[in-house]
Amino acid sequence: MDAGIRNRRIAITTAALLAVAAGPAMAQTKTLDTVKARGTLNCGVNTGLAGFSMPDDKGQWTGLDVDLCRAVAAAVFKDATKVKYVPLTAKERFTALQSGEVDMLSRNTTWTMSRDTSAGLSFVGVNYFDGQGFMVKKSLGLKSAKELDGATICVQTGTTTELNVTDFFRANKLNYKPVVFEKLDETVAAYNSGRCDAFTSDHSQLYSERLKSPKPDDNVVLPDVISKEPLGPAVRQGDSGWGNVVRWAHFAMVNAEELGVTSKTVDEMQASANPEIRRLLGKEGDFGKGMGLDNDWAYQIVKQVGNYGEAFDRNVGAGSRLNIARGQNALWTKGGLQYGMPIR
Amino acid sequence: MPRGQPPLSLPALIYEPKVRGIIFQVLLLAALVVAAWSLASNVAVNLQRQNIASGFGFLDRTAGFEISQQLIDFKPTDNYGRAFVVGLLNTLLVAGLGIVFATILGFTVGVARLSSNWIVSRLALAFVEVVRNMPPLLTLFLVYFAAIKTLPGPRQSIELPLSSFLNVRGLYMPKPQWLDGSSTIVVAFIAGIIASMLLARWARQRQVATGQQVPIFWPSLGLVLGLPLLAFMIAGQPVAFEYPALKGFNFSGGMVVQPEFIALLFGLTVYTAAFIAEIVRAGISGVPKGQKEAAAALGLSAGQSMRLVVLPQAMRIVIPPLTNQFLNLTKNSSLAVAIGYPDLVSVFAGTVLNNTNQAIECILITMGVYLVLSIVTSIGMNMFNARMALVER
Ligand SMILES: N[C@@H](CCC(=O)N[C@@H](CS)C(=O)NCC(=O)O)C(=O)O
Repeated sequence: MDAGIRNRRIAITTAALLAVAAGPAMAQTKTLDTVKARGTLNCGVNTGLAGFSMPDDKGQWTGLDVDLCRAVAAAVFKDATKVKYVPLTAKERFTALQSGEVDMLSRNTTWTMSRDTSAGLSFVGVNYFDGQGFMVKKSLGLKSAKELDGATICVQTGTTTELNVTDFFRANKLNYKPVVFEKLDETVAAYNSGRCDAFTSDHSQLYSERLKSPKPDDNVVLPDVISKEPLGPAVRQGDSGWGNVVRWAHFAMVNAEELGVTSKTVDEMQASANPEIRRLLGKEGDFGKGMGLDNDWAYQIVKQVGNYGEAFDRNVGAGSRLNIARGQNALWTKGGLQYGMPIR
Repeated sequence: MPRGQPPLSLPALIYEPKVRGIIFQVLLLAALVVAAWSLASNVAVNLQRQNIASGFGFLDRTAGFEISQQLIDFKPTDNYGRAFVVGLLNTLLVAGLGIVFATILGFTVGVARLSSNWIVSRLALAFVEVVRNMPPLLTLFLVYFAAIKTLPGPRQSIELPLSSFLNVRGLYMPKPQWLDGSSTIVVAFIAGIIASMLLARWARQRQVATGQQVPIFWPSLGLVLGLPLLAFMIAGQPVAFEYPALKGFNFSGGMVVQPEFIALLFGLTVYTAAFIAEIVRAGISGVPKGQKEAAAALGLSAGQSMRLVVLPQAMRIVIPPLTNQFLNLTKNSSLAVAIGYPDLVSVFAGTVLNNTNQAIECILITMGVYLVLSIVTSIGMNMFNARMALVER
């Protein structure tokens, strides 16, 4: 009975791992076929990160990462609601994907080389360019992260955050003491009660946690960006067909923004003479068919979910409480890094 | 094969129970080996197919991270193997101390449960019922967050005697620096322990032979503490202290006991003690009443009768379930990462796994460690049990 929740968890993880690894070498099933046959998309999301993936007061999942799940469902089923959201902690997420519990991860996950090449995953895009930073108590009067010598820092395990923070202090020849927690809630609670001088995470998450904290104004996010955190969706390695679906769902949203196609204008745009818009909306060419979908795949995405700009605005940008500037996430035409590969 | 019988023919041999037993054991073992081998080779093939890194070579790659509590020196430039040892030692420390404290507290509460003093027995009952019915994780959260929410920040530290300080970052104490000649103190300490053990043995033999009792508690204490003190003086006080001092964000220097450690130790101790108390109560109740009455008739005081007559007999009932509690405590210590204590699971099945993406290896090694810890604990307790059982007359 009191063998502990943890032991049960280890047991489950191990069982899942063995299921991945020890099962008879399964035939490479195509995720797209599995998803179609099941009738819902199993999408791995965050347990609760405002702006990215969080259930609202009616239990509806919303956020930028959630919108990518919805976009994929819209492309596959013509119905953005056919998604089962599976909330995952940092530590659980890759096992969940590897073992087939989810079809894709859309969970503020950093695209790194080791994850892409030795963890059995493939990253297929970047839906938010981020970077790691620190949140500290305003009363400390700090201006830069370089002043954190000797500080105690609260971190969540299973993240790139945990790894970068050491690099930063080593590179700057500073000392620090980590306090490592498994779950975000405890990490933040420990920071809030003064156990740590700083809480470190991706900037977007710092903003989100700052808003959630009992007194947001008592905390400041230091301006330093200590790492590159390209956050994006991932699928299992070895199923490039399914990878295409997720990758192009994201590009469709970015291209729609660039072409000025929004959820409101998409119907009238169907009559547009612009060949790029005609290809995006499936009026010309067989682009959907090539992925095993219908040619209106991108129309469905824009109609039901909106373009990238709309999603950004509504979830994390000017139209949201987070009010994050587009910055690096502006379109490449506006000085940002979001660049949709051409549909042709 | 019983002696004097003619040798058996082969078919008959198969029906010989002992031989048949061996045959089945061998077959079972072979089946297990085949199963394990095919499992392992399947794992290897599938990991490669899914492009997941495998093998144990990662153990001597540079770790690159810090660990907040280290019983042996650990720097980010050390390797994953050493990180494993640091995590393991942290687990052993909290589990070992937890077992000692939970046993002491559990026996105290268990005896108190049977006290004739109504208030004492009710208090013990309340303790057992409240603690036993809370999930251990919740107990840990309660203890940890209660502690860090009430303790002051470093600048408002509570000053304790002996230049110690208590704040939300932990308990800071002066750290002894062992200078030249300090090894004599250790030698004197060990000599003190051996001397007091000899004294106890002599006293027991004397009591058996003559019936006279010799006081041993105070002389032993004198030996264990006095000899090192004497050595300290003679060797010219070869110990200096490094005092903690407020510097920048925090105290530095001295030694620190982290709140995570205290909370985990406290939580595990209290939680397990509640179960041990019930086991002890059951054990004592299982000793026939006549034993206590006989002890009283011999003129033993209540305390003596408990210590010398009842508890030794109760131990035979207590030890097997007590072993279970020790194992539970060790396994429950893996809840550590929930409150930020760097135990084996946190460091190795957490951070190292995250660094290397080698989930199978990390989880297997971690499970292996818990298996070994459990087996060692069980063997130790079985030996103890065998010794206690011999006392039977
Ligand atoms: N982008 C980083 C960090 C992602 C991450 O998991 N961040 C934490 C906060 S530091 C989080 O969202 N935790 C929520 C949870 O685990 O439930 C990564 O991919 O490793």
